[in-house]
Amino acid sequence: MNIMMLLEMAVSGCPERVAFVDPEMDASISYQELFDSAGNIASILGATDVARFAMLDVSNIGIPIGLFASSWAGIPYVPLNYRLTDPEIESLLDRITPAYLVTEPERVAGFHDRKGVQVSSRSDFVALARETEGTPDAWSMDPEDTAVLLFTSGTTGAPKAAVLRQKHLVSYILGSVEFMGADEEEAALVCVPPYHIAGIAAVLSSVYSGRRVVQLANFSAEKWVQLARDEKITTAFVVPTMLSRIVEELAGATNADMPHLQSLSYGGGKMPLSVIQRAMELFPGTDFTNAYGLTETSSTITVLGPDEHRLASASDEEDVQRRLVSVGVPLPGIELEIRDEEGAVQPAGSRGEIHVRGEQVSGEYEGRGSVVDSDGWFPTRDAGFVDGEGFLFIDGRADDVIVRGGENMSPGEIEDALLEHPAVSDAAVVGIPSEEWGEAVVAAIVISDAVTTEELQAWVKDQMRSSRVPERLEFWDELPYNETGKLLRRVVKERLAQLID
Amino acid sequence: MAALAAGKRLKSAVCATEIMVIAAPDGEVELECGGVPMMDGEGNTGGNVDANYADGTALGKRYVNEDGGLELLCVKPGDGSLSTGGEALKVKDAKKLPKTD
Repeated sequence: MNIMMLLEMAVSGCPERVAFVDPEMDASISYQELFDSAGNIASILGATDVARFAMLDVSNIGIPIGLFASSWAGIPYVPLNYRLTDPEIESLLDRITPAYLVTEPERVAGFHDRKGVQVSSRSDFVALARETEGTPDAWSMDPEDTAVLLFTSGTTGAPKAAVLRQKHLVSYILGSVEFMGADEEEAALVCVPPYHIAGIAAVLSSVYSGRRVVQLANFSAEKWVQLARDEKITTAFVVPTMLSRIVEELAGATNADMPHLQSLSYGGGKMPLSVIQRAMELFPGTDFTNAYGLTETSSTITVLGPDEHRLASASDEEDVQRRLVSVGVPLPGIELEIRDEEGAVQPAGSRGEIHVRGEQVSGEYEGRGSVVDSDGWFPTRDAGFVDGEGFLFIDGRADDVIVRGGENMSPGEIEDALLEHPAVSDAAVVGIPSEEWGEAVVAAIVISDAVTTEELQAWVKDQMRSSRVPERLEFWDELPYNETGKLLRRVVKERLAQLID
Repeated sequence: MAALAAGKRLKSAVCATEIMVIAAPDGEVELECGGVPMMDGEGNTGGNVDANYADGTALGKRYVNEDGGLELLCVKPGDGSLSTGGEALKVKDAKKLPKTD
């Protein structure tokens, strides 16, 4: 198996079709051109002694060329987060040299003399890909070859490098995407960063379905709306914070006026109920899909589809309504279990750690081996539960649980209670070390209207056991999120602990 | 006859068809295209497609045997059709999934 095979098939299916467009750089590349470019770069890589191909850049035409060329040449593709500090980037480079590095023009000079790095600017790289005539060797079909090394955005310690082998990525695509399923006029707007698993998945899914990808390098809601209209976008993926900003951008409108947008999928963090409800009003003809997945699982593993969105939104039953904040059901190739701390499988409704199994699941980190157990199960570290119909609800991280006076509680349910108050627009609840209780329940909240600590405590107390009432609430201007919309709970916890100390 | 590992690529001896193995039962598996055993490597030797196995293969379609233990992906289409030990393989119905990325 090799992701190059997916591109080769797409070229057989629609060689002339445009594969990627970068409107800002006024560049585009067809499927045939992408294939030829990947081959040219593979042949150059084959003549060097580099062990990795690193990409330190925003979305552009060079991204898919680099991804496919790496697999053709048989070396791992390593996209790096361009938002990291220089010392952080240096330390990641130390772990992947000798490497071929493609980066933004402004950064090139800084890497010229670096040992173990062969650097090329974005424009030189794309020109090289399109203008040289290479004769690369055939790509390997060994399913165990590493296709991608992805540094995870771990919030503690040094980033881990997740190993995604050819078999994981190819299985994911074959299991979730219909070959040439896209019509000629279909176009996907890709605005997630290329170093994120959703960015890798977007490239592979679009290629296999024969869909044109429109790249948006630096997301802003204004640019997104403009591009979606100009390019008659038919499908797009966003993280929750992006959708939230798009909804704000369209404030005042009763309709987003994008009849061409057939589907809008989202994932990568918790979607606030109010945002998805408002989005469904603004985009009445659009199919919404919530996709939950991790880097270690080659992206999506569960899906809440368009029909479920409409059913939940139209229902009067509370159990059905709340599915709007569920991440849906597992993909056909994925098995899912909820387990408690002792490893016992939990029944419906009971919270525990989410475990998954399937061909697309890697669960392996470079230099650390695999965390998958002997039966193939991967512990996600995410906590959640399934309802009676098999819908999965994410409820924080497995280690976010607050233990107060021996009682385990999930921050998620307290946050939900706070968020239901009309004056509260965002909330994070954490456990802070306490002599009396082991951990004390403390909340950081963002408010949109005047409200007091006492009012909110009474509000929570009306809905749940008194042990869950935050003994202290801090009013903040905003909560800390990473750029893909994940709440940085550890940061909240540190700040609150310092305040209280 | 040969053991088939997932990821293995085979060519038809009598047409342009190429397949990749997605799943295969343990042990030796007979696999034909156009009624003639498929080949590892060279491919089309100039023979003829058996008229009983001439429905053709379609690019990107997945083919399975009766019990589903053998599953192939057509990566290049051709005039012959696929079979295992003479039993014709069927196109696997792709379950329609919402677009997720």
